[in-house]
Amino acid sequence: MIFLTIGTQEPFDRLFQALEQIAQRINLDIVAQNSPNSAFTSNLMEMNSFMAPEEFERSFDLADLVIAHAGMGTIISGLVKGKPLIVFPRHKSLGEHRSDHQQATAKYFGEIGYINVANSVDELEELIKRFISGELLGISKPIGNYASDSLIKALKNEILSK
Amino acid sequence: MKVIAISSIGGHWIQLLRLRPAFAGHELVFVSTNESFRSMVPNSKFYAISDGNRSDIKGLLSCVTQIFTIIRIESPDVIVTTGAAPGLIALIIGMLFGCKTIWIDSIANCEKLSLSGKIASKFANRVFTQWEHLKTDNVSFKGNVLK
Repeated sequence: MIFLTIGTQEPFDRLFQALEQIAQRINLDIVAQNSPNSAFTSNLMEMNSFMAPEEFERSFDLADLVIAHAGMGTIISGLVKGKPLIVFPRHKSLGEHRSDHQQATAKYFGEIGYINVANSVDELEELIKRFISGELLGISKPIGNYASDSLIKALKNEILSK
Repeated sequence: MKVIAISSIGGHWIQLLRLRPAFAGHELVFVSTNESFRSMVPNSKFYAISDGNRSDIKGLLSCVTQIFTIIRIESPDVIVTTGAAPGLIALIIGMLFGCKTIWIDSIANCEKLSLSGKIASKFANRVFTQWEHLKTDNVSFKGNVLK
């Protein structure tokens, strides 16, 4: 199953339309979490608006592949669960976010091999085909549940030094 | 110490939860912008507030009122936030109440500090970036939420 999630912010219909186009050509089993403010509908995906944390977690756990906007919540969940991730960054110029930081996030995390990045329908389709042929894997060593010891220690000291 | 840990929903909240070991041994109050997150912090007090962002003035104002009330009632010693706008509001109000204020910029901001983080760096007691190349004299780098 593919889990499509765009986080809790504004709609991101461009990603839904991209995956819809691909799903017309390739048979895919898709569970999608959409923004309650989106008008996008589909017969090719199981659509949900806001998902409760437990429900979101369950879909994430069941997914073989996660396709998402370049939001940190999704990327971190993917890294904790060791899921293959394809991210499709939002663009400010298209009214998809208030800044263009998702492109920077995608670039940095893509370069260190944590995620796969698609910027167009063609790139997304190519990555999905690679996933189907077994070439797209999650990170080999999933991350733990907490921040780095050094950050925890620094924060702990800050709190105590009040 | 009494600590308020506050953030917006989504990635900010996930990052805040990954800092939990730093709050061990303190009285902890979580604040976020979605009621459904209460279930994720069953052992702590939790407040849900309205979401506010730069393009939603009405939401921001209601956010200010609610955060002011929570800080007045709880009177924390320390306020920690991972962003975004509600976290900045909490640090500003917290500063007025004499709380220690700590901003941890989201790991999503890998090319420059967020706008809110920049504002926080002008007055907060401590500002952390999660990227070494972004540290400056008043923005510290001590690691990130991923490891």
